[in-house]
Amino acid sequence: MSSHKVTVTINGQKRSAEVEARMLLVHFIRDYLRLTGTHVGCDTTSCGACTVLLEGQAVKSCTLFAVQAEGKTLQTVEGLAQGTALHPLQEGFKEHHGLQCGFCTPGMLMSAAGLLSRNPRPSEEEIRWGIAGNLCRCTGYQNIVKAVQFASDKMAKGG
Amino acid sequence: MIPQAFDYHAPKTLAEAVGLLARFGDDAKALSGGQSLIPLMKLRFAGPAHLVDINGIPGLDYLQEEGSTLKIGALVRQAQLEQSPVVKAKFPLLADAVRMIADPQVRNRGTLAGNLAHGDPANDQPAVMLALGAQVVIAGSKGERTLPIDKFFIGTLTTALNAGELVKEILVPIPPANSGGAYYKIERRVGDFAIVAVGSQVTLDKSGNCQKVGIGLTNAGPTPIKATKAEAFLTGKAPSEANLTEAGRLAAEMSDPASDTRAPADYKKAMVQELTIRTLRTAVARAKGGAA
Ligand SMILES: Cc1cc2nc3c(=O)[nH]c(=O)nc-3n(C[C@H](O)[C@H](O)[C@H](O)COP(=O)(O)OP(=O)(O)OC[C@H]3O[C@@H](n4cnc5c(N)ncnc54)[C@H](O)[C@@H]3O)c2cc1C
Ligand code: FES
Ligand code: FES
Repeated sequence: MSSHKVTVTINGQKRSAEVEARMLLVHFIRDYLRLTGTHVGCDTTSCGACTVLLEGQAVKSCTLFAVQAEGKTLQTVEGLAQGTALHPLQEGFKEHHGLQCGFCTPGMLMSAAGLLSRNPRPSEEEIRWGIAGNLCRCTGYQNIVKAVQFASDKMAKGG
Repeated sequence: MIPQAFDYHAPKTLAEAVGLLARFGDDAKALSGGQSLIPLMKLRFAGPAHLVDINGIPGLDYLQEEGSTLKIGALVRQAQLEQSPVVKAKFPLLADAVRMIADPQVRNRGTLAGNLAHGDPANDQPAVMLALGAQVVIAGSKGERTLPIDKFFIGTLTTALNAGELVKEILVPIPPANSGGAYYKIERRVGDFAIVAVGSQVTLDKSGNCQKVGIGLTNAGPTPIKATKAEAFLTGKAPSEANLTEAGRLAAEMSDPASDTRAPADYKKAMVQELTIRTLRTAVARAKGGAA
């Protein structure tokens, strides 16, 4: 029952910890690195609340072992804002009321961040496909789509 | 949900990986995308003592055309297939299917090889590969062997892979001109497994008859099904509505779905029939449209 030293670069910072092989990435992020913005919703790979970027790609951190992230780059919701300046996606969610209870929001933001890095000018349909792995019980998604469009527009203008 | 404890191995070469798998036999499992295996381990339906993570093996993520074959390495993710211009241009059947699999995050991790190796009749790729007539290249400690995909699926969650073997790559014949394909899936909500789904691939001859036909059925029985009777019936015939309807009937006849929480068996059979007709219709239209 092996244990491993895992070192990751998360939100630009190098962090390590000794973990059991079966430790899920989401628990590593929340309980060891104390970054609790990443949520656990379903724990069954369905809801997307645990979404983080691994090497720039959106993944469900409840369905990856922490050891698999050894030597890799991670980004979580805590890494979006630069100091007090919100990321355009965060601004979009604020402007367009893209959240109500906020539980799904960190995962939504990271899925949207993954989408925009691959496709900076997505159509409405592409945004909907892009967040298809994230469930929101509150908003009805309309305003989330608007928030992502806001961010895409703002980033295209160099904001 | 915490999986049972295990020893984690991260081999750096294919030889090392098959060596580890051979050494631990039934106590070991290969880990690629982890999008089927990790959920099963969390539910403790699977509890391998050794996990052999192949993600760190370099050079297995190639997606390349070689002559008349598309070679897909074991670590090609579903997202890579979804974004590939070759897939879009030459494999409309695969392009249709891949975007219907799960969701973007799962597709960023999950591999074609793992989707096949899992042996789940509910997975979408087996039917696609059956319709396209793919071959599976299997690596073991004694060397490699190549198996046609219709010999690969043995039972529910059981494939022709022996302990100690890995899927190394999948070889998909590139359809000639005048070919087309399509995949239709009925699902309760986006990203869910199919209630049933059908994939069809057709090549037309000069006179517009069906020269080659491949039909695969998803979640329509204990294993993925190649609808050989429907394929044989349609081969050499005109793609008339009457002939497509008969092919649909024969495909449904070969299906053997079980009633479950998704739908009753007779509904699934009826949908196999209808989806076979519709995918064939689209495949033929695409074949005529010039897109391969
Ligand atoms: C929420 C959710 C929804 C999903 N919906 C769909 C869907 O609609 N359609 C669909 O098709 N799939 C669906 N899937 C499954 C997904 O596509 C998986 O990624 C896929 O079935 C397995 O691929 P993997 O690379 O993740 O394999 P893993 O999970 O790593 O492995 C699966 C099995 O195959 C074995 N294996 C893996 N790679 C190899 C290899 N190279 N050689 C030999 N054995 C190997 C493993 O040991 C294991 O037994 C869904 C998954 C989730 C979590
Ligand atoms: S907690 Fe990971 S997908 Fe729901
Ligand atoms: S805002 Fe409540 S779940 Fe999305």
